[in-house]
Amino acid sequence: MAALKIEKGSSKHSAYNLRPNFSDSQETHTLAVVVENEPGALARVIGLFSGRGYNIESLTVAEVDHQGHLSRITIVTKGTPQVIEQIKAQLGRIVPVSAVHDLTVDGPAVERELGLFKVNGDGEKRIEALRLAEIFRANVVDSTLESFVFEITGAPEKIDAFADLMRPLGLLEVARTGVAALSRGAE
Amino acid sequence: MTRQMTGARMVVQALKDQGVDTVFGYPGGAVLPIYDEIFQQNDIRHVLVRHEQGAVHAAEGYARSTGKVGVALVTSGPGATNAVTGLTDALLDSIPIVVLTGQVPTFMIGSDAFQEADTVGITRPCTKHNWLCKDTDALSETIHQAFHVARSGRPGPVLIDIPKDVQFANGEYSPPQATNTSNYQPQLKGDIESITELVEALESAERPVFYTGGGVINSGPAASQLLRELVDATDIPITSTLMGLGAYPASGKNWLGMLGMHGLYEANMAMHGCDLMINIGARFDDRITGLLDAFSPGSKKAHIDIDPSSINKVIRIDIPIVGDVGHVLEDLLKVWKARGRKTNKAAIAKWNDQVAQWRSVDCLSFKQEGKIIKPQYALQRLEALTKDHDRYITTEVGQHQMWAAQYLNFEDPNRWMTSGGLGTMGYGTPASIGAQMAHPDSLVINVAGEASWLMNMQEMGTAMQFRLPVKQFILNNERLGMVRQWQELLHGERYSHSWSEALPDFVKLAEAFGAKGIICSDPDDLDDAIMEMINYDGPVIFDCLVEKHENCFPMIPSGKPHNEMLLGEASTHDAIEAGGAVLV
Repeated sequence: MAALKIEKGSSKHSAYNLRPNFSDSQETHTLAVVVENEPGALARVIGLFSGRGYNIESLTVAEVDHQGHLSRITIVTKGTPQVIEQIKAQLGRIVPVSAVHDLTVDGPAVERELGLFKVNGDGEKRIEALRLAEIFRANVVDSTLESFVFEITGAPEKIDAFADLMRPLGLLEVARTGVAALSRGAE
Repeated sequence: MTRQMTGARMVVQALKDQGVDTVFGYPGGAVLPIYDEIFQQNDIRHVLVRHEQGAVHAAEGYARSTGKVGVALVTSGPGATNAVTGLTDALLDSIPIVVLTGQVPTFMIGSDAFQEADTVGITRPCTKHNWLCKDTDALSETIHQAFHVARSGRPGPVLIDIPKDVQFANGEYSPPQATNTSNYQPQLKGDIESITELVEALESAERPVFYTGGGVINSGPAASQLLRELVDATDIPITSTLMGLGAYPASGKNWLGMLGMHGLYEANMAMHGCDLMINIGARFDDRITGLLDAFSPGSKKAHIDIDPSSINKVIRIDIPIVGDVGHVLEDLLKVWKARGRKTNKAAIAKWNDQVAQWRSVDCLSFKQEGKIIKPQYALQRLEALTKDHDRYITTEVGQHQMWAAQYLNFEDPNRWMTSGGLGTMGYGTPASIGAQMAHPDSLVINVAGEASWLMNMQEMGTAMQFRLPVKQFILNNERLGMVRQWQELLHGERYSHSWSEALPDFVKLAEAFGAKGIICSDPDDLDDAIMEMINYDGPVIFDCLVEKHENCFPMIPSGKPHNEMLLGEASTHDAIEAGGAVLV
């Protein structure tokens, strides 16, 4: 089709324009979504992320106001600034969502995660694990002659670092809660 | 003021209290109690469709032609899954509808019961919101809440799934006034500072253009009036998306015609060359923008939209205004007038001269020669012979839809119903039934292609039963025309499965339904045949045999900017000739 000047094999053959429109850098944001705790509320939020192709790096949810039936969903997500704005706008559109806070841009925030680590080992390794746990202020919540379960809370990076250290010492299993976050200050 | 009643009666009472006069539906096991209540009253008319998809599209046609909320009632399982296409269609085109589905009794949910489907799960991504109501006491409030959500903010489809035991049980009815809707109150008024910023931009703009969409129509007739006032006072050219046709009259002096992939040359060139683009209730759909990198490169862009997620979604906006079109236009006019009604008159006059030059290209021109009807000619004649009627147009999806948007003129909002966002073939026939139910004395025409039309042709039975004189104007090219066009232009003329073989005899088909069938193949007979269709008091299937290989132009090929439009025979003739235009 010379007259149409359409290159064969290019995305221009598609009915859609397949080129990415913005190529800004990726940012990680922590969003707090306050939602009426009705059936399916979490599914709406997760469905939005999967349906529109957004990333979920971490997600936590629990009812935080039993009288008002409000749940708080904390989501860590990644995307270009424009995608992050779109995610917030799309979350705001969900009917039972009453507020969307971007803790990454709204000011300083506290982010905490809880991790449980099962470490198997004996001799030096066992002692080293215990010593490192002390440095990281991790608690021993279960112990046998061959194993410990450590409980650690902190920023996700701290938990990552602890995991890295435990790996050569016999790390068997990890459970993490995902991030819970609140803005700092009186507001 | 609360009263005890069964859930089924509550449904009917709530619909009455919401001002509903028509429900499109299809009965089944899980909605029998509601149908029993419908049987015992006369305030709400129930239109029995022939397929649940038809019920939802009919409700859409009703909603779009009236500005009210459309209602459909279907049973559980297959009834609900058949409604999914209509729900998605209404979601993408922002049409307010409430769909009520029956569900198996609460104690059987999750047991894979007969005609059980996870309706709220299936419809969660294709509704604005949905509810599974497990408690009769909460049912009436849920219904009132549903109507509120459907019509507030950016309108859309909502669904309430009602288990059968909830319909049988007694509960307390609460009227609409007693329902708390404070948890969902979208912002209507635009930020006045942003509006003032837009007025400032408008005062100095040299090449401004209004780009309007379905949001103007959804905002109500007052918004269309304000838009007309603004355009007339500023003398700024205006184009519209497929969804927004009629908000500004096609006979208006500043009208550019539709824009986008099959939009008019002058509209697309104005969008490409403008220095201020004022988007009012449109959403930069990919059929509008073409190549994003080259979309209107030199313009400052303002966007008025009630949905914050529409702003900056695909196009970066310089002046965002979140609010209802009607409210924002009112404030915009107020501010503009208070500041002395200024525009850059000299520059706009020059801009309008440029527009006139583009207009003179006459991009919709075609030659009707010989004994074969050109589809464009058929629509031109349909326009000429029906424009003075109190007329509502629906369409199916494809070439005929684009030609209808190009060759039919709309003077008022709510007169044009087409599946824009989802592109649902099979939309037009049931939508025409919905529109005709709402406007029994008006002329309702479904401009269709033969392939689309077959997708929901069972609804002719509905038209017959309810004496709805809908006119099915089928441009029959025995092809899936738009698919064929793409195959010709983009897939090396390999016409894979894009022709309609074994078509029915549409005249006999009409007669089989008890309707009137008209066939026309000669351009000289066309006017008489169209008049015969208009004058017949009852449903008509009009089989208009047209040129089989006509392509729809202008056309912006995907991935091309607005100024690289194909203008039809002149620019593609060689290509088609060179390829041999092999017929299948």
